[in-house]
Amino acid sequence: MTTNEPIKEPVDATEAGRAAKSRGAAMPVQDAEDGAVHTATNAAPPHTPEAAPAPSAPVPIAATPGIPVMAKAGDDEIEGQMHQMSRRSFLWAAVAIGAGFTTRQWLITRRPDNGIPWPFRRVLETNEQLARDYFKTARLVPNFAVAKADPDPRTNGDIGLGEDFDPDTWKLTVEGLADKNAPTRTLTLKDIKALPKVEMVTELKCIEGWSIIVHWAGARFADFMEKYPPATQSGETPDVKHKPNDLANYVSLQTPDKAYYVGLEMESALHPQTLLCYEINGEPLTPEHGAPLRLAIPVKYGVKNIKRIGKISFTNQRPADYWAEQGYDWYAGH
Amino acid sequence: MKRLEKKHPLAIRWFHWINFPVLMIMIWSGILIYWANDIYRIGFGSHTLFHFFPAWFYHPGYDDTTQKGHALYNLDARLAEGMAWHFMFMWFFAINGLLYVLYTAFSGEWRYLLPGLHTLREAIQVVLHDLHIRKQPLPRRKFNGAQQIAYTSIVFMGAGSLITGLAIYKPTQFAWLTNLIGGYGISDSFGVSGYNTARFIHFWLTMGYVAFFLVHVTQVIRAGWNNFRAMITGYEVAPTEDSPMDGPVRPDKVVMEGGQA
Repeated sequence: MTTNEPIKEPVDATEAGRAAKSRGAAMPVQDAEDGAVHTATNAAPPHTPEAAPAPSAPVPIAATPGIPVMAKAGDDEIEGQMHQMSRRSFLWAAVAIGAGFTTRQWLITRRPDNGIPWPFRRVLETNEQLARDYFKTARLVPNFAVAKADPDPRTNGDIGLGEDFDPDTWKLTVEGLADKNAPTRTLTLKDIKALPKVEMVTELKCIEGWSIIVHWAGARFADFMEKYPPATQSGETPDVKHKPNDLANYVSLQTPDKAYYVGLEMESALHPQTLLCYEINGEPLTPEHGAPLRLAIPVKYGVKNIKRIGKISFTNQRPADYWAEQGYDWYAGH
Repeated sequence: MKRLEKKHPLAIRWFHWINFPVLMIMIWSGILIYWANDIYRIGFGSHTLFHFFPAWFYHPGYDDTTQKGHALYNLDARLAEGMAWHFMFMWFFAINGLLYVLYTAFSGEWRYLLPGLHTLREAIQVVLHDLHIRKQPLPRRKFNGAQQIAYTSIVFMGAGSLITGLAIYKPTQFAWLTNLIGGYGISDSFGVSGYNTARFIHFWLTMGYVAFFLVHVTQVIRAGWNNFRAMITGYEVAPTEDSPMDGPVRPDKVVMEGGQA
């Protein structure tokens, strides 16, 4: 449309205004977000010659019919408005960018809490709380056919598996038992093997992102606790089956040389697929796989599947965990 | 003559500009995690065309053979750090994405974004135009067919990242989901044993973001300052000689919305 074309009076100003607005032309634009009224030009689209500004509009350039639009002035006005809006918006953008970098700087300079700045630790702990709320011991990890098991399972970690170790003299120490006369006991592999033997073929998921299917055999940790019940929080007689919430909150496991140690919260220890394991692929554990006794806990990452267990402690204090101290999630659960 | 056209609502501008750094952090921290088991590649059989990622990608400037040189940056041996960032910013990514989807659904903005019946044909025209094969100008509209497909796909990709991410993150508690996707671990879904299907998809979606980003930035540069500024201010200066932008694909809705692109 040429700029000096006269605009006819609309028959119905409101309707014409709406029509014009719907096409985004010739209307002061009410910005819904900031409430500012930005005067646009009055030029109506060529296919709606009857369109005109609504009566309430602030006086736009050459709004009056019959008066030619001064193109130059109109463009300047528009550019001026755009500049004004740009200045404001880009100022906001600069503030946002500044805030972003400040936040980043703040995050990475916080006091470290076990290897990571504390805000990250708090988020991992919050994620843990949500995961624990959702967790159900009834949700089982998939069990595979024995044929699917890896014939030569990868051994990844050897921390705590020093040379200075004699499997024949090995004994398992258990601390924090309910029996007040004997809160600490020493057990042998025979004691563990006396518990019902369970086999499972499950996936061991490494925190690094790989996984293997392993054929395990051993005793359920839950059965172990039935036989050697942990102390309760209330001080009453423990009832592993019916009152698991009254049991000690945590289980701590460590290698005989104390070099490697993991912590578990009680509900994961009670999971039916958490085994005190003494066989892999139908054979006794090899030293690299954690002979004579290790943990197989498929509801946790591989790092919690501690090899060569020397001591098990039931405790209400959150136990230390080797990798959690290096910045990893303490929970590490699936 | 010129006029101002309202182009992007404030909410969408915020969603967009919050998503940008958050997604960058997710990709960066994702690489820190991926490094610990960087098994993906482009290749066939035992022949690898490209391995994700070569050593120079993790620490450019450092010579692996001589073990000397000063790396420009380091992306290796930072798994714990990567997980800490990833599991913090996943919340921002998820919440921002969810709010964006809800906003577009309830504000009616989806009409500009969702592909219609003729979108694919138009998208082909756009690509031909951008490659200078088709000379005719494109229809002036807020988002053309190619954009609609790209911007809708990216939302589905985001949802895919959240779903596959959850499948990797909690594969037992969400075993139904993990199994639906093809398993956390050993899977024959791609005919390749040993690939973690959920992780595989999660990785390739990220590569998709990188590809999207490259095309997106190129197109934004090509479209020019006025277009870019509109993503900051919300407004675009348009010459009145152009017909006003066509509305969304379903023009009957435009008047009701009072919407101008």
